Order: sequence, then structure tokens, then C-alpha cells
Amino acid sequence: MNLHIDWGVLLQESPTGDGPYWKLLLTGLKWTTATALSGWLLALVIGAVAGVIRTAPIRALALLADAYVEVFRNIPFLVQLFFWFFVLPEILPAGAGRWMKQDMPYPEFLTAAVGLGLFTGARVAEQVKSGILSLSRGQKNAGLALGLTLPQTYRHVLLPMAFRIVIPPLTSEFMNTFKNSAVALAIGLTELTFQMKQMVEYSSQVIVTIFAVTVLYMFMALLVNRLMAWIERRARVPGMIAGGGK
Amino acid sequence: MSSHFLGVDWQLVADNHELLLGGLRYSLTLTASSMAFGIVLGCVLALMRLADNALLRNIAASYVNLFRSIPLVLVIFWFYFLLPFFGFKLGPDKSVFITFAIFEAAYYCEIIRAGIQSISRGQVGAAQALGLTYAQSMRYVILPQALRNMLPLLLLQTLVLFQDTSLVTIIGIKDFMGSNVVVASNNGALKEMYTFAALGYFCVCFPLSMALKKLHKRIAVIR
Repeated sequence: MNLHIDWGVLLQESPTGDGPYWKLLLTGLKWTTATALSGWLLALVIGAVAGVIRTAPIRALALLADAYVEVFRNIPFLVQLFFWFFVLPEILPAGAGRWMKQDMPYPEFLTAAVGLGLFTGARVAEQVKSGILSLSRGQKNAGLALGLTLPQTYRHVLLPMAFRIVIPPLTSEFMNTFKNSAVALAIGLTELTFQMKQMVEYSSQVIVTIFAVTVLYMFMALLVNRLMAWIERRARVPGMIAGGGK
Repeated sequence: MSSHFLGVDWQLVADNHELLLGGLRYSLTLTASSMAFGIVLGCVLALMRLADNALLRNIAASYVNLFRSIPLVLVIFWFYFLLPFFGFKLGPDKSVFITFAIFEAAYYCEIIRAGIQSISRGQVGAAQALGLTYAQSMRYVILPQALRNMLPLLLLQTLVLFQDTSLVTIIGIKDFMGSNVVVASNNGALKEMYTFAALGYFCVCFPLSMALKKLHKRIAVIR
């Protein structure tokens, strides 16, 4: 093995046809970010809807949303991804299955982003639900007593509070989408960890590669952390959540 | 055909039950070992984070921040590439035991730290006033109460850890998921085996997470 540490390797041409190695890693960073961000947006939408439904007094719907959360929280993400990527096209009606296998653009990326969205959405739903339940019962009753309908009470009284309360616990979920996107290398998405593996195998510069990729991940985590701290400060409910952002 | 259920032929599962059970046993062993070593190492890290010595505090904080900012898959590859690079010939299926213990310790550390901090300052003061040393006050006063407060979270983290062990499949280890992949690709039965894997994990994790919710309600946090 090559014990010599050569930083110049980052400028050398990679045999994958992606240009120099630093470009290879940058492509990986691009896919990691794209997957994490689109997965996160999807998770916010799904999580907000499912979280609200779980607290609403329509039993059948609440049960359905509960089932969604339990299923997606109790199966590992890797297994879920394999299911969407390999099993779903087989059990869909023939036409849709064929489209997924042959014509769907960016199959690895789309599967990873949607899979990540569904996986994270279940966790967001859990946070949104506990955010709504943490509001005092008086708020809901006050809304109803003012003559608002239940949907209006949610829209104007409960949700504006709940969404702001739920921001701090969502910080770690947002960071998790970046970390979890690495699992998508198993279905062939060329994200950052996938590119690290390629670079180690082609260049055998183990230390340089691992160091560069680790720094990139830590940098992303720091960015997310700062961004969320900023949002947290802006969205703080006066008099309710004491102290500053983490 | 009795072996058909949900439109899937389960005969393959029966035919390969030894391989699949072996995989499940590997996953459970890895979980148990990482939990044990992770909690011990996490406890040490938590005490370091709460120590008076700034150097100890910083070392532990950097450790925890590092491992909480990077994906587990990346750490699995760290050790996968680095151990052979430095001449350790353990083989991946043994080296992941080290990987998981080191990685999970960072997460256990934060739970244990929060647990210790949930004990009121008065308790620490009372222990000191009674003349207990640091070690004695930890052993007899703080940790027994802290452990009770954090037990549900420690167990919840272990459930997450069990799900995370499926990631060793990526470096070709035959854990529960890995052995499903082997059967699936040997028999061209991706649909059957990946559905079975999902059901398998769900059947282990769902009852446990329900039980944990009950436990969480029963163990009231003492402040």
C-alpha cells in the first residue's frame, strides 16, 4: 500500500472520465446536496401534512398517518431504498413498472430523493405532532369559542405556533438528510461517499481522499447548523422559547 | 400453493432459513456488542464533557461533534480502507465491531450527558457535603438516578443502532440484510427477498418501539 501522502493527487486526472479528482469529489458533493435538499423539501411537506392529520379528530385518517409513521420509522433506510429501487417497478402495473425501469430520468437520484423524503417525512411528522400537542388545550378551545371552524383554528391559531416551536428539533433532522443521503450509494447514486470509494480505489491515496471527504461533510453540517440557528432566531416565539439558538 | 402469500413465493425463505438466521444472529450480535462498548465509551466521554479540565472537555466535544456530523456509511468506509492500510488484517466482518462501537459512543455520550445534567445541582452538593469523593458521588448518587432518566432514550438509540447495522451490507457483510441480498441475487428473486427483509426488520423493530413508548410513559423523569 501507498504510505506516501500526496496532496497533488487531487489535481490529477481520474480514470472515470470526470476530469481531475477534485472534480470527481465536487460531482459527489453536488449529488449529495441535491438529494438531501429535495428529500428535505418533500419530507417537510409530507411531515407537516401527516403530523397535522395525526392530531385531527378524523380517526380513520389519523390511523392511516400513524401507520405511515410507524412503517417508515421501523424499517432501515437502506432496506427502504432497495424496496423502492428493485421491488416497486416489479409490483406496479406493467406500464408504470416499465417506465420506472427504462424511461425514468435520473433513476438513482429520483429514487434516493423520494425515498429520503418519505423516510424523513415520518420523523418530521412525529415532531410536528408533538409540537401541536405541546400547545395548551386552551388555545384550541379559545379558537373554537371565537367561532372559528376547526380548520380555521388550525390555520390561524395552532399551526403558526406549532411550526415555530418545532424548528429546533428539526435542525438535527435536516442534518440527518445530508448524512442519510450517503446510503444511496448502495443503489448507485454517485454522491460524495460513492466518489470517495472510487477515488480510493483508483488513486490508492487513502488518507488524502478520506480527509478531503470528511472535511466536506463537516463543512456541510456546519452550514446547516448555522442556517438553522439563524432561522431559529428569526422564528422564535417571543416569551415562549427562552435563550438564543444553539 | 401454501407457500404463496401477498403474491410472493416464500419457499426461498424456507430453503435458505439457515443463511438468513445466521444473518439475523450477526446483526443482533453487532447491535449488542456496539451497545455495550458504545455505552461504556459514551459514559467516559460524557464524564469528560462534564469535567472541570478544559482539555478533557474539548477532546470529548470534538470527538462527539466529528462523529455526529458525518454519515455512518463514511465511517464504515474509513475503517474498511484504513485498517488494511495500516496493516491490520481483521477482515471487514470483525472490523465493523470497532467501527460501530466508536461511532455509536458519540450518540450514547450525548444521551448520558443530558441524563447526568437532568439531576439537580442540589444532589451534587448534598453528595459533596456528605464527604463523598467524586467517584463515590457518581457511583452512589448521580449515575443511578441519571440512568433511570435516560434508560428509554438509551434503548431507543439501540433500536436505531439495530437498524443502522443493515449498512454493513454495503461492504459485503452477510448481516440480516446482507444475507437477503445474497439469496436475492443467487436466485434472481429481488422482489421476494427485499420484501421479506423489510417485513423482517419491521417485525423486530415495531413491537420493540411500541414497548419503548410504554416504558417512556412509565418512567417519569425525576428532577
